[in-house]
Amino acid sequence: MAVTVKLPVQLRPAAGGAAEATVEGATVGEALRNLFALYPELQARIAEGDGTLRRFVNVYVGGEDIRFLEGEATPLEDGAELTILPAVAGG
Amino acid sequence: MAIENLRCKECGATYPLGAQYACERCFGPLEATYDHSHLAGGDVAELKRRIQAGPQNIWRYSDFLPLVEGPPGPSSRRTSRVGLPAGCTPLIKADRLAEALGLKEVWVKNDAANPTHSFKDRVVAVAAARARELGFEALACASTGNLAGAVAAYGAALGMESYVFIPADLEEQKVIAAGVYGANLVAVEGNYDQVNRLCTELAAEKPWAFVNINLRPYYAEGSKTLAFEIAEQLGFELPDRCVVPIASGSLFTKLAKGFAEWRELGLVSGELPVMNGAQAAGCAPVATAFAEGKEYCTPVKPQTIAKSLAIGDPADGPYALDVARQSGGSVEAVSEEEIVEGIALLARTTGIFTETAGGVATAVLAKLARSGEIDPEERVVLLITGEGLKTLEAAKGTVQTVRIQPKVASLEEALAAKAAC
Repeated sequence: MAVTVKLPVQLRPAAGGAAEATVEGATVGEALRNLFALYPELQARIAEGDGTLRRFVNVYVGGEDIRFLEGEATPLEDGAELTILPAVAGG
Repeated sequence: MAIENLRCKECGATYPLGAQYACERCFGPLEATYDHSHLAGGDVAELKRRIQAGPQNIWRYSDFLPLVEGPPGPSSRRTSRVGLPAGCTPLIKADRLAEALGLKEVWVKNDAANPTHSFKDRVVAVAAARARELGFEALACASTGNLAGAVAAYGAALGMESYVFIPADLEEQKVIAAGVYGANLVAVEGNYDQVNRLCTELAAEKPWAFVNINLRPYYAEGSKTLAFEIAEQLGFELPDRCVVPIASGSLFTKLAKGFAEWRELGLVSGELPVMNGAQAAGCAPVATAFAEGKEYCTPVKPQTIAKSLAIGDPADGPYALDVARQSGGSVEAVSEEEIVEGIALLARTTGIFTETAGGVATAVLAKLARSGEIDPEERVVLLITGEGLKTLEAAKGTVQTVRIQPKVASLEEALAAKAAC
């Protein structure tokens, strides 16, 4: 199923300047792996070598932090919207 | 100018001094770095004199703040009064509070005595000054309330438009205390973390200086002025311990950074203070991670009367944990009842009426004192970051009124009845 991933401004240079990408994926983890396959440079920026997300990276599905859902196993519906943002803001 | 660049706290990558807050390489937070080696020619006594000759506000510490074009600061006393000068709040020796807790030396840093009645005036003063240097025309923020008021007021004072985003369930006093300054006030149907997520997205779209997002590396440095003031007010000495409320963890970590910077320069000597963080049990991601021995925080959905501390996903959580552990301190959580008791204890022993965040800090101090964690000989500083009038509802249950007829006898009767209770 196709989902939209919204990229933060800090990551756009690693995605050829794109503000969002459409990838396939039944879960958040699968969508991210497909995103990294599309733009390999993205993986180096926000994930460790083994693919786990770095601690200052937040991922949201439909506006909800995936840590309140099922993390990278969170299932995605067709047309879902993923947002990646730096976790360092606020407060 | 002593500021050099922005550096990633995770991977060490450096960046020029722009409106940037996250590392492009690893997403870690950026922090301002300085070269202080040329300050006052390395003469500590001269540096002290230079600070003491500065204005009665945070710009007396502008050598240690992230402004490029120099202050509104010690070199120009008149300019330093432009805007809404923050800081130089009282440090009060709270002997009655100390006695109530079985301690000998407790000081209360009352940062409610700032222009908009919270410590946020310090960080916003610095962020607004830097925003002007960078050419921004509008200020903005995601806020739990106190920051909203500060951003709106600085916008008004400096003639800048302001956009203030708050959770829709915020205390009415805080909503009014921000809106009165003419800010564009936006109530978001969600909690603070959702407001923050929205603003993080907006920061990429709008030409606004979001003080706690794209200007965060500058903004956060403003909290160091609390450490400088405490040390200066103690006669250029360090306290033994600080008890500090934690929301995002930024104030807590920058306070420690401020003490460390001055110690390194030789402006103060002795051991760095033990740092105790204070959270409400209804939103205690940092206290929970501390208790579980973890290096990072698991986010929570906040549910507490301490709304100014209700950040479920604290940006500086991992660093706050480092500070607590490295200083030999801790991060503690207290219940809603303890928060209200804390507000009352502070008010009744010092005459200072604090908002819920100060209730949290006072309750944690009381908890540590009662458990014997604090050596009675220690010099302890309690940080009161906000004003009680902004969260009146929380203190309602602590107040009793006797109602009488306009007759002397009626008063005598009522007082006798009260004494009998």
